[in-house]
Amino acid sequence: MKIDRVKMPVQEPNIRNCNFNEVALGLDLQLAKIEASRCLDCKNPRCVKECPVNIDIPAFIKSIKEENIEEAYFTIYKSNILPSICGRVCPQEKQCEGACILGIKSEPVSIGALERFVGDYAITNNLKIEECIIENNIKVAIVGSGPAGIACAVSLRRLGYTVDIYEALHEFGGVLQYGIPEFRLPKSIVSTEINKAKTMGVNFFKNIIIGKSITINQLLNEYNYKSIFLGNGAGLPKSLGLKGENLTGIYFANEFLTRVNLMKANQFPEAPTPVRIGQNVAIVGGGNVAMDAARTAKRLGAKNVFVLYRRDMNALPARLEEVHHAIEEEIDFRLLLNPVEFIGENYQVKQVKCEIMELGEKDASGRRRPMPTNKFKTFDIDSCVISIGQSPNPIIKKATPNLEVDNRGRVIVNDYQTSIPGVFAGGDVVTGAATVILAMGAGKDAAIQMDKYIQTNKD
Amino acid sequence: MYKIKKKQILNKDVELMIVEAPMVAKNAKPGNFLIVRVDDKGERIPLTIVETNGVDVTIIYQKLGYSTTLLSKKEVGDSLCDVVGPLGQPTHIRDDAKRILGIAGGVGAAPLFPQLKEYARLGKTVDLVIGGRTKEHLILVDKYKEFCENIYYATDDGSYGTKGFVTQVAESLYQKNKYDLSIAIGPLIMMKNCVLLNKKYKIKTDVSLNPIMIDGTGMCGNCRVTINGETKFACVDGPDFPAEGIDFEELMARQNYYKKEEKHICKLKLEK
Ligand SMILES: Cc1cc2nc3c(=O)[nH]c(=O)nc-3n(C[C@H](O)[C@H](O)[C@H](O)COP(=O)(O)OP(=O)(O)OC[C@H]3O[C@@H](n4cnc5c(N)ncnc54)[C@H](O)[C@@H]3O)c2cc1C
Ligand SMILES: Cc1cc2nc3c(=O)[nH]c(=O)nc-3n(C[C@H](O)[C@H](O)[C@H](O)COP(=O)(O)OP(=O)(O)OC[C@H]3O[C@@H](n4cnc5c(N)ncnc54)[C@H](O)[C@@H]3O)c2cc1C
Ligand code: SF4
Ligand code: SF4
Ligand code: FES
Repeated sequence: MKIDRVKMPVQEPNIRNCNFNEVALGLDLQLAKIEASRCLDCKNPRCVKECPVNIDIPAFIKSIKEENIEEAYFTIYKSNILPSICGRVCPQEKQCEGACILGIKSEPVSIGALERFVGDYAITNNLKIEECIIENNIKVAIVGSGPAGIACAVSLRRLGYTVDIYEALHEFGGVLQYGIPEFRLPKSIVSTEINKAKTMGVNFFKNIIIGKSITINQLLNEYNYKSIFLGNGAGLPKSLGLKGENLTGIYFANEFLTRVNLMKANQFPEAPTPVRIGQNVAIVGGGNVAMDAARTAKRLGAKNVFVLYRRDMNALPARLEEVHHAIEEEIDFRLLLNPVEFIGENYQVKQVKCEIMELGEKDASGRRRPMPTNKFKTFDIDSCVISIGQSPNPIIKKATPNLEVDNRGRVIVNDYQTSIPGVFAGGDVVTGAATVILAMGAGKDAAIQMDKYIQTNKD
Repeated sequence: MYKIKKKQILNKDVELMIVEAPMVAKNAKPGNFLIVRVDDKGERIPLTIVETNGVDVTIIYQKLGYSTTLLSKKEVGDSLCDVVGPLGQPTHIRDDAKRILGIAGGVGAAPLFPQLKEYARLGKTVDLVIGGRTKEHLILVDKYKEFCENIYYATDDGSYGTKGFVTQVAESLYQKNKYDLSIAIGPLIMMKNCVLLNKKYKIKTDVSLNPIMIDGTGMCGNCRVTINGETKFACVDGPDFPAEGIDFEELMARQNYYKKEEKHICKLKLEK
């Protein structure tokens, strides 16, 4: 008998778009077992190859089938220390699930949902893995506590290093903390998962901006770190470069999401940082950041939230699940529109003027290129959130002239090593804005190179 | 934790604190600022680093709204939840300037202090015009006296020095003395008027901007200002800028964007 892919229970759309609680509620053991039973336990699992950290997917799914969730957790944990997070935010349809053999004829196994189930089980039941760490008393520094930094820190710690993480903000987790909203990734999960690294003995220091509070040179020469990992992400917002972009009511997604996620502005005045969005909100962009901004605006009480995207629905780069959820939450997609000007009154934005686009030939990304038509449409707005991408923050580069970066500010690496011997980098700071699991994979792999470097350069 | 080592009431609105923050103090230069979060629910508020001794930092704040009032409730021995810095670019020293007029409005005397002191240390002649609502609102005067050649005063009510605005005093000085540079720090409207005046006398003006900030590292874009048609992030490109091309009107609108919410939270949480 063919079993259909299990549907994850969710909060009702018209209830959830007024609250910040998690949308997707997770599987229970019974549903998880049903879903697990769909997996064919392939000899040559295609799914594993497409997971950037190569989790032994059939093995952990088999353990779920056998109701041995602890075992499932240990299997995942070997390759991925943040299963509750990745299960929630990985673009599975492009990675593991996209490759699942079942997907050819019907629907792939819900690998993400199962991984989340296992991760959450481990949190609820406080599963701990006693790891025996043999100290080597060699100091390494990690810059940034996002997924890249954490993954690198944990891998180095397991090898016995003394690992210090320096974070610029007052909370740890990078984009997981300040970017991805609570309704998609509860912050309590982020803290619990990060605490695992603390339990392993990784030292966390907040409020330290490398390049300002301490320079790379000082880390190497005064603090005697034998190697440094840069996992400082891509935090610099891209601007549209349009007339009127600095009017009030126009936010970069980073500001808008940081106000809500990091500073808890949705709880104003309980939390003292405010946010103001109004009734008609335009979101510019079509990625995860745009979906998060749109759905956050809706939850803050905006009546009409519309996404302005210059291509069509098929080209949206966001995770599929988020697009579906956004549609259910009555986010309006206004496609093939490209903003060209913001019009204001007394410095407050009132309208956004857009050029109507049409699709031309395929471009380098394989999607059809949006072409201008010289026809325009204007929308009334109270605010606008610009979500068209990020690039690496130049603070470290400015303070470290011998650190080579490319023309988009991304750190240039060779086997994860930068132009400065002993200084390595990975995650968004190298690739530009990408994904959580790619950043973790890079952190892990960089740790291996750092270990090699340290071991061969021992005096 | 960032321990408060000293606290001094400068007047009924303005206070000074010395806070232990070695990681902020380590690389701090004149012109840098820091960001404070008073408690673990707190807002991130930017304040100038007025002085350091390598371990501690001195801040001077005006009790303006909710977060600065919360800060002022902390006493010696208490700790602040978060202090991060040094942020921003250090003061850009103009080597060619020989005689400099500092213009301070209200609590602007705090951010102006490290800059003028640095110019004095480099052997420049510095004069100061300092203004406030009343005599009581003229802060740091004794500390300025240590390195300023001349100090001139203006108060709104005439309780000390000239009755009126700092710009009036500056204009009378321009008629007597030759200045190469003026550094004006205070409310936006004061800085705007200083630039207009200085343009008339062909004197360059540097200002320090105080837009609303969150991270202070160039991440959020909240602090953007338009200068000569170009967007700058005050937290990383500034906060000091040559003033001539700044769109002050836009900046004032941006600074006032949350006025309603700020009033609301003060009413709700402070007037109990
Ligand atoms: C709103 C939003 C939604 C997203 N949704 C998804 C999703 O659903 N799925 C997915 O896979 N990916 C998603 N992403 C992308 C993903 O979050 C990133 O690719 C990933 O977080 C990159 O990890 P990182 O460790 O390289 O950098 P970051 O997560 O950016 O972490 C970098 C850290 O370094 C710190 N830092 C920066 N400079 C310094 C310095 N000088 N000194 C000290 N610390 C510093 C920063 O404060 C930050 O904490 C999303 C991104 C955003 C913004
Ligand atoms: C680089 C810089 C240096 C500064 N140095 C000093 C200083 O040395 N001494 C001093 O007294 N003040 C200084 N300020 C201003 C100080 O940050 C604000 O007065 C303070 O944040 C007000 O907070 P509040 O909650 O008490 O008042 P609120 O009632 O919240 O606000 C009062 C006014 O302060 C501004 N403001 C509010 N929140 C912020 C924020 N997060 N960031 C910046 N401005 C904000 C707004 O314009 C608002 O109208 C500086 C600002 C900047 C950007
Ligand atoms: S980490 Fe991501 S890609 Fe890998 S198995 Fe889990 S959900 Fe799939
Ligand atoms: S490809 Fe699909 S069916 Fe095969 S092991 Fe992976 S999840 Fe199971
Ligand atoms: S304060 Fe966030 S970019 Fe300047």
